[in-house]
Amino acid sequence: MATAEAPTRKRETIEQAVIRFCGDSGDGMQITGSQFTNTVAMYGNDIATFPDFPAEIRAPAGTLPGVSGFQLHFASGDVYTPGDAVDVLIAMNPAALKMNVADLKTNGILIVNTDNFKEIDLKKAQITVSPLEDGSLQGYRLFPVALTKLTRAALKDLGLDAKSMDRCKNFFALGMCYWLYNRAMDATDRYLDDKFKTKPALVEANKLAMKAGYSYCEATEAFQTSYEIPPAKLPPGTYRNINGNSALALGFVAASRQSGLPLFQGSYPITPASDILHELSMFKSFGVMTFQAEDEIAAMTSAIGAAYGGSLAITTTSGPGMALKMEAIGLAIAVELPMVICNIQRGGPSTGLPTKTEQADLFQALYGRNSEAPVPVLAPSTPGDCFWIALEACRIALKYMVPVIILSDGYLANGAEPWKVPDVSELPDFKVKFRTDAEGFMPYLRHPETLARAWAVPGTPGLEHRVGGLEKQDVTGNVNYEPLNHERMVHLRAAKVAAVVQEVPDVVPAGDPDGDLLFVGWGSTYGAITAALRSARGQGKRIGHVHLRHLNPLPRNLGDVLGRYKKVVVPEMNMGQLVWLLRAKYLVDAEGFNKIQGKPFKQSEIEAKIEEVLR
Amino acid sequence: MTTTLPVYTKKDFQTDQEVRWCPGCGDYAILSAVQQVFPELGVPREKFVVVSGIGCSSRFPYYMNTYGFHTIHGRAPAVATGLKLARPELEVWIATGDGDALSIGGNHTIHMLRRNVGLKVLLFNNRIYGLTKGQYSPTSETGKKAKSTPYGSVDRPFNVLSLALGAEATFVARSVDVFQGHLKATLRKAAAHRGSAFVEILQNCNIFNDGAWDSLVEKDVKEDHLIQLEHGQPLIFGKNKDKGIRMKGIDLEVVTLGNGVAESDLIVHDERHPNPAYAFLLSRMEALPGFPTPLGVLRAVDAPRYEEGANQQVQELIARKGPGDLAKLLSGGDTWEVK
Repeated sequence: MATAEAPTRKRETIEQAVIRFCGDSGDGMQITGSQFTNTVAMYGNDIATFPDFPAEIRAPAGTLPGVSGFQLHFASGDVYTPGDAVDVLIAMNPAALKMNVADLKTNGILIVNTDNFKEIDLKKAQITVSPLEDGSLQGYRLFPVALTKLTRAALKDLGLDAKSMDRCKNFFALGMCYWLYNRAMDATDRYLDDKFKTKPALVEANKLAMKAGYSYCEATEAFQTSYEIPPAKLPPGTYRNINGNSALALGFVAASRQSGLPLFQGSYPITPASDILHELSMFKSFGVMTFQAEDEIAAMTSAIGAAYGGSLAITTTSGPGMALKMEAIGLAIAVELPMVICNIQRGGPSTGLPTKTEQADLFQALYGRNSEAPVPVLAPSTPGDCFWIALEACRIALKYMVPVIILSDGYLANGAEPWKVPDVSELPDFKVKFRTDAEGFMPYLRHPETLARAWAVPGTPGLEHRVGGLEKQDVTGNVNYEPLNHERMVHLRAAKVAAVVQEVPDVVPAGDPDGDLLFVGWGSTYGAITAALRSARGQGKRIGHVHLRHLNPLPRNLGDVLGRYKKVVVPEMNMGQLVWLLRAKYLVDAEGFNKIQGKPFKQSEIEAKIEEVLR
Repeated sequence: MTTTLPVYTKKDFQTDQEVRWCPGCGDYAILSAVQQVFPELGVPREKFVVVSGIGCSSRFPYYMNTYGFHTIHGRAPAVATGLKLARPELEVWIATGDGDALSIGGNHTIHMLRRNVGLKVLLFNNRIYGLTKGQYSPTSETGKKAKSTPYGSVDRPFNVLSLALGAEATFVARSVDVFQGHLKATLRKAAAHRGSAFVEILQNCNIFNDGAWDSLVEKDVKEDHLIQLEHGQPLIFGKNKDKGIRMKGIDLEVVTLGNGVAESDLIVHDERHPNPAYAFLLSRMEALPGFPTPLGVLRAVDAPRYEEGANQQVQELIARKGPGDLAKLLSGGDTWEVK
């Protein structure tokens, strides 16, 4: 690889950059973005990513609904969000340009594939005059590049057809970006070697296209400056790049090992949760049983069956699937069996926005079942936190014999960050012991502290018993319709979930421990709130931030903490669900700050809210 | 196994729970037959699990002194599939009804059969919703007058056996609540089958649909209206054993023996026939004028069991890759060190 630079070029060291690749769904933007991400992460930058793609697999090529994008924020300092505005935008066609250019910073770098700006391409994007010619791009540093032609020229000796050559143009663009940020291409080389193991021609073509892109920048002197972003100062350790869905999958495998129980996953394919099923189905050598059920209800009920049999059972879904599972979750509550239900939230109602993020299923998780049917609810704050939340959810489920809901979302699921690989010997141990002693066994006899009933699995001699969804008598578990017994059982089930508060650490606000304003968040808003708080506190305001990982039960000291600030604001990607809960439970005049656009909060939006509230 | 099994009797499978079916309900007879057959099966009691959905039939687990799980409406096959995947060594039986298995739980029923999960399914068919007090069911005859169809139903019923065969069930049989000997024999055959064993039991609901099966099972008509399928035996029925069934083109034909028609012209029942079309033809007979309704085992063929295949895959991967190493998994892919 040629790395020597022309002496006239400048290499500038900067702290951070935000880059976005956008193009048609078929242009390979997600792969391009992931490759760039992996390379900068391995180099040691802190990162946050935001893949944003349409629900259609391939909308008509070149049209606005077909635009797919991948945004990466990488820096030598801490990164909390994928970035509000973009420093570098790579647009593969007019539709992508039209949909994304508004996010490009003034004077930002704009790389455009000019080969896709013919009249027909413009028409597909519903543009009459080419933005390359109408002066609308004046505020940016425009680099028009004939990506398709240049890629074909680079690959002309490989004997590939035009279509196959054109499929490599994203790697030409990737090569350009590697030059722009002075990054080595070897990690992507390794990726290609592995990905196209059986198709050496494609390995060669993509590598060649990438190198051609790199050399193009080198040779044409189109770019006068390249950039260097030094590694971030992360705590020492081994790191990998991880997204939320992968982290959940790994967390469940870890929980299986730490509990000593085989993992069972019953799931039905649904965006954006399917990747958890894909991942876990690869981990069978860990004793993982994955079951692709006939529907969401069977996914849930098969998990109940497996839990009844003594497995660590989970199911994974998104909002619409969650709605279908609700009756069965009620059964799991009634029979008091441990399992974990993951809802990777997306925009709704109904099918809604399958590939876009939202946090509007909190009420569904808390109150979506018939009758009084509480469950513990947990929410991870970052992609890497998904690993720890999976472990925590399993630990609580097994200790309290209760189904536990995890609320992740599309943004956490697909967004990536560097993740410090934990030392396996330091993971919490929660080995499970089944009941085997027939002496004094009663199906609904409870542990005095956790109120958990004993887990007696089929096959255990002398413990034959019946469970079911009908109300049962306390202790014996026999079917029972007596009024006072029912009331007692309702209270017992609620008390058991309330007892989980023993596992919930008191909250310690980030930022100021008291003062003018407290942000209370949950889930994927963590990054935006944290980043905004850092910049606003630098300006002398007294602001705190509590980010809830346990949404039911809530931390014991939360009410006290809420009272230490003059104002409480709750940013949520919904119409105000947690804020409703806080107002009801703590009689606090908390204010909602809501965004329901299928997109995560921007740092600047939270900052503007701070300005507004503290004006 | 080296340990000897305790000798069980019917009593060992009875619970102390008061049975709450209506007096005269056909479910009592089915419960009694199951409680008599279980002790004979050579299975330790703790290995039995009875799973049910919702409906009168689904109270079954409460009366069986085994492990039992009364789940929710229609979902017993899915719960049982999860259990069987997790614990393939257990002997899992499902008690369900025509509404539970064929209406709200239809999807789970066909997929359980398609996968050939090693479960025994007892479908109590009384052609009515009993527990909700008398609405027509997916097996009620067209024109059925019931609580929700005061002017008669207008939809077609399922043929239960055709449905099971269409889902490629590997064991399909039918018996009757009051034919205790036949029922017990059928249950024994179901128990011996290694895949999904699907048994439709014609059952009388004496409150909401009394006499639904009288035209088949009453003493004076049963010989003419029913045909007992016996593997390896010709298809003969009738009070005088003088009627038989033979092939006519791709259809079946009822013939009277004599006058040039010999036993050797009749179909010899082959429950292991590789072509499911044969069993399907049998399942269609009852709707044809002059044809008898079949009882007994229509189809019993061997096929790989789902839970076996799924667990085998896990075991093979463990053998090939070695037991999973969590530390290696967590640090898998590209990593970097921060000093």
